[in-house]
Amino acid sequence: MKKWFLIPVLFLFVWQPAKLQELSDARIHIMNFGQFEPNLHFINDTVYLINFWATWCAPCREEFPSILQVSHKYANRKFKLILVSLDLPNQVESQLLPYLRSKNVTSDVILLDDTNSNRWINKVDPDWSGGLPFSLIYGWNFREPYEQSFTFNKLDSIINLKTKKQ
Amino acid sequence: MRKIILSSIITILSLSYGLSQGYNVGDKAADFKLKDVDGKLVSLSDYNNAKGIVVIFTCNHCPYAQAYQDRIIKIDKKYKSLGYPVIAINPNDPQIVPDDSYDAMKVRAKEKGFTFPYLFDETQTVYREYGAKHTPHVFLLEKKGNEYYVRYIGAIDDNYEDETKVTQTYLANAIDALLAGKTPEPSMTKAIGCSIKDKQTQH
Repeated sequence: MKKWFLIPVLFLFVWQPAKLQELSDARIHIMNFGQFEPNLHFINDTVYLINFWATWCAPCREEFPSILQVSHKYANRKFKLILVSLDLPNQVESQLLPYLRSKNVTSDVILLDDTNSNRWINKVDPDWSGGLPFSLIYGWNFREPYEQSFTFNKLDSIINLKTKKQ
Repeated sequence: MRKIILSSIITILSLSYGLSQGYNVGDKAADFKLKDVDGKLVSLSDYNNAKGIVVIFTCNHCPYAQAYQDRIIKIDKKYKSLGYPVIAINPNDPQIVPDDSYDAMKVRAKEKGFTFPYLFDETQTVYREYGAKHTPHVFLLEKKGNEYYVRYIGAIDDNYEDETKVTQTYLANAIDALLAGKTPEPSMTKAIGCSIKDKQTQH
């Protein structure tokens, strides 16, 4: 009888490392457009890259490593990457977190959960059709929309130029 | 040799110029002749008794497109008898997305029991001409004589996630407006979707 009792206790020990790993997961912030909107309008000397993407979007996955690479490369300049996922909220555990884990992303990730996209797409950029991926690069004196996926070299040259000016 | 280079530059420029174009509300829509999943060619001009056509660019692989499959069937069932049948067109290059191949389209149409033609834009010329940007993307056409005019461009409704939480049925409202002899309002909406897979626009 006593031995049976030990089995769940053993399980607890086995699970411990897995729990620790979860602590370093990316933090997902689920928000509607109103909550997200201030991210589009920071006025300071930092250059922002806002990348709208989703794990189900193949060209998004393709450019994702390049975006992370550029973000690491310019970590010591006034540059900030804001990842905005359009995955469905019920796929955070099954899709989004496993994907971010596989790319070693431990930073904050916004999940924009606002189905009335007709209302908010124009507020991000009037020329954005709604296709993914979409990136907005902006600073206090410029604002550039990119409805396309980036290669490392292209994004690197843009961010290098923009952050040099500061 | 120079001539060849020059003419290819012009071709590329005009193509990329063409890519950024597309229809606006009020434009005349070009007819097309595309292959359905059963191999039959389908054109706008086949629809003698229609008042208009609901052209929807959609595909197999995109979760947003999948979320709307059942709603597109419902719209076709409701509006076909009122003179507005649906024509679905897959604009994606299967070399980029194998799930959107012609064979995969046949499987999907059968599985879901599509009540409308599901056409393959193999040369990707139709979606470029229309200016579809992502899937799903609706172009509601009204028939005047033998010509079709674009009356609404955009989304099917305002909630891809949950049909029961839809507050604006943009497409159905637009068709209802046309049936009542009115102008659809709004005549253009935007929605998140999967970008159309085209080697020419891949960067």
